[in-house]
Amino acid sequence: MHTLDDLPDGQEGVLEALRVAEDIGARLMEMGFVPGARVVATHCAPSGDPRVFEVDGSAIALRRETARRLLVRPPEMP
Amino acid sequence: MSACHECAVAAIPTPANRTRVPTVALVGPPNSGKSTLFNRLTGLRQKVANFPGVTVEHRVGRARLGLNRAVDLVDLPGTYSLEPRSDDERITRDVLLGHRPQVGRPEAVILVLDATNLGRQLILAPGVLALGLPTLVVLNMADDLRKRGGRLDPNALAQELGATVTLASATTGEGIETIERFLAGRFAVPSRIELPVLQNIPACRLWAGRIADQSDYRPPVPPAWTRRLDNLALHPVLGPLVFLGVVLAVFQGMFGAASPLSDLIDTAVRAASRATASLLPVGFFRDLVVQGAWAGVGSVLVFLPQILVLFLFIGVLEDSGYLARAALIADRTMARVGLQGKSFIPLLSAYACAVPAVMATRTIESRRDRLATILIAPFMTCAARLPVYTLIIAAFLPNRPLLGPLFGTRAAALLGLYVLGFLAAIGTARLLRSTILKSDRAPFVLELPPYRWPTVRSLGLRLVDRGRAFLTRAGTIILGVSVGLWFLCHLPRVDGQAPVITQSVAGTMGRAIEPAIRPLGFDWKIGIGIVTSLAAREVIVGTLGTIHGVEGGQSSLGLQAALRQDLSPGGAVALLVFFAFAMQCISTIAVVRRETGSWKYPALQFGYMLTLAYVGALAANVLLG
Repeated sequence: MHTLDDLPDGQEGVLEALRVAEDIGARLMEMGFVPGARVVATHCAPSGDPRVFEVDGSAIALRRETARRLLVRPPEMP
Repeated sequence: MSACHECAVAAIPTPANRTRVPTVALVGPPNSGKSTLFNRLTGLRQKVANFPGVTVEHRVGRARLGLNRAVDLVDLPGTYSLEPRSDDERITRDVLLGHRPQVGRPEAVILVLDATNLGRQLILAPGVLALGLPTLVVLNMADDLRKRGGRLDPNALAQELGATVTLASATTGEGIETIERFLAGRFAVPSRIELPVLQNIPACRLWAGRIADQSDYRPPVPPAWTRRLDNLALHPVLGPLVFLGVVLAVFQGMFGAASPLSDLIDTAVRAASRATASLLPVGFFRDLVVQGAWAGVGSVLVFLPQILVLFLFIGVLEDSGYLARAALIADRTMARVGLQGKSFIPLLSAYACAVPAVMATRTIESRRDRLATILIAPFMTCAARLPVYTLIIAAFLPNRPLLGPLFGTRAAALLGLYVLGFLAAIGTARLLRSTILKSDRAPFVLELPPYRWPTVRSLGLRLVDRGRAFLTRAGTIILGVSVGLWFLCHLPRVDGQAPVITQSVAGTMGRAIEPAIRPLGFDWKIGIGIVTSLAAREVIVGTLGTIHGVEGGQSSLGLQAALRQDLSPGGAVALLVFFAFAMQCISTIAVVRRETGSWKYPALQFGYMLTLAYVGALAANVLLG
């Protein structure tokens, strides 16, 4: 199982699960990180952390420590 | 004529039957353009207020609709949901339920959503609609939606939501008339519709997606320019260069552009006080007005240029979208000391002055990070410390070149003091994180909004808003304390004359604290300087000059010689350390009080910094004395 942090820039994944505390999970889900959402890694800060993800029409930056707790699977082939 | 006049008087309704101005709440997620809409509707008829006990603030403004109808709009903090997980969300929910007595329960709600990102933004709608209040759903940034090839049928969405829906753009003014018509009309209660269970966010999101589909919503294509600009702004090499350029511009603006303006204000206030002096008879009252009151006004106004310049920069950075990128770039470094990227710009501006810096922390949404930033900002070496540092270093340290002719021993000492303040800030940030501010577990989640052109209107309103907030809330405290300090220095009067400073109340206080500061190597003269410099740190230079009867400039050789008589080298280092750490600035105390909404944090901060200053100065004097 891969995490969001393993996703290289430019790659897409489908969010499977959020391994975080309930309140943090709720905050992330409100920002678009709901299970089943398509997430694209687009940029990262020049230092490599945090990283920027495109999800549900917005660009959201997460620190790697948070991205490591979000599990993703590869997108289904059409 | 007189009969008519009486008629008119009789026609004015008594307060009891005067129609009450209805309150309407503006609710919406961050970055939905809610505040821009609020500014558009209220113009300058607005004020900022803090909810007691929390750092959350709200703005109230009056929208005038025709001749005899006005509505009070309350701009509530941006929230993604009404689940009370943060202070912002709790406040928004409390106000909407009528649980906050300072704000009456709103008669109606304007729900502002970003039309370019409707699927996600709609998840706030069920919670707001479930309140049963008359609701207008404003789909903001409609111009952006069309420009990027998106579309939506507002009537179909209105049907799905059971509330009035309008497309609008707060920046161009599109749809404002519809919103004003809603505010001017009678508020209709929305029809009941079936809403998803609020706690289940994935289900809410599915519901929002279905509603959007049925409203013929086509999301816009991703903003291509934003992607391209981010390739530059977040580039591993060019990104930091752009960031550095922005940082230098802010720094240069605060020192280069704001300082001459402050000098100009200073000159103008002096001229005004001289003009007043020529109008009044010689005596105590003239001294009070000319020296006390006008100097107090001056001590408030000199902050304005720095505040306005900083907020102009922050306005451009925030409205254009770059502020979020700057926060992203600074985050890694700031995270090491337990802060986050958004603390960077406020802390940077604290090198010019802590007052605008503390005000700038309001861009930090997390309460914990905002408080931590406010509490460490006064450790940054502000411009008011420089005259004190320069005087003492010049008096005690001969200048010898170290690295080339420009970097000598004196420059090294000054740099050391900058580093000392910085280290104290880092240490304090770590300490705060492991003690009083550790409970907040919110992760760093930063939305990067698309780049936009800032509008002159929005920047102007922001400057007026910040300037006014400073003058009315913090400025009054600063003025009061400045005048109070003037009294301390000019009472009791001897033969109808102001006393020499050593005989004044401040002088007595300086003597009184001498036993306490003697271990630091300070005598009563320094004691008086410490008392008077509470008004502003650099005041100690003038005070010491007055006591010694010499011209009180920082480069004054007479004052330097006098200081060498007063202080041992150990005491001189102790005085530098004391000024590096102590919160010798009532203006900062006043602005922290205003920004945190209580005296608790400024009192804590003053006590902590004073203790650190005392212990640091004692150590310096003992080790070097």
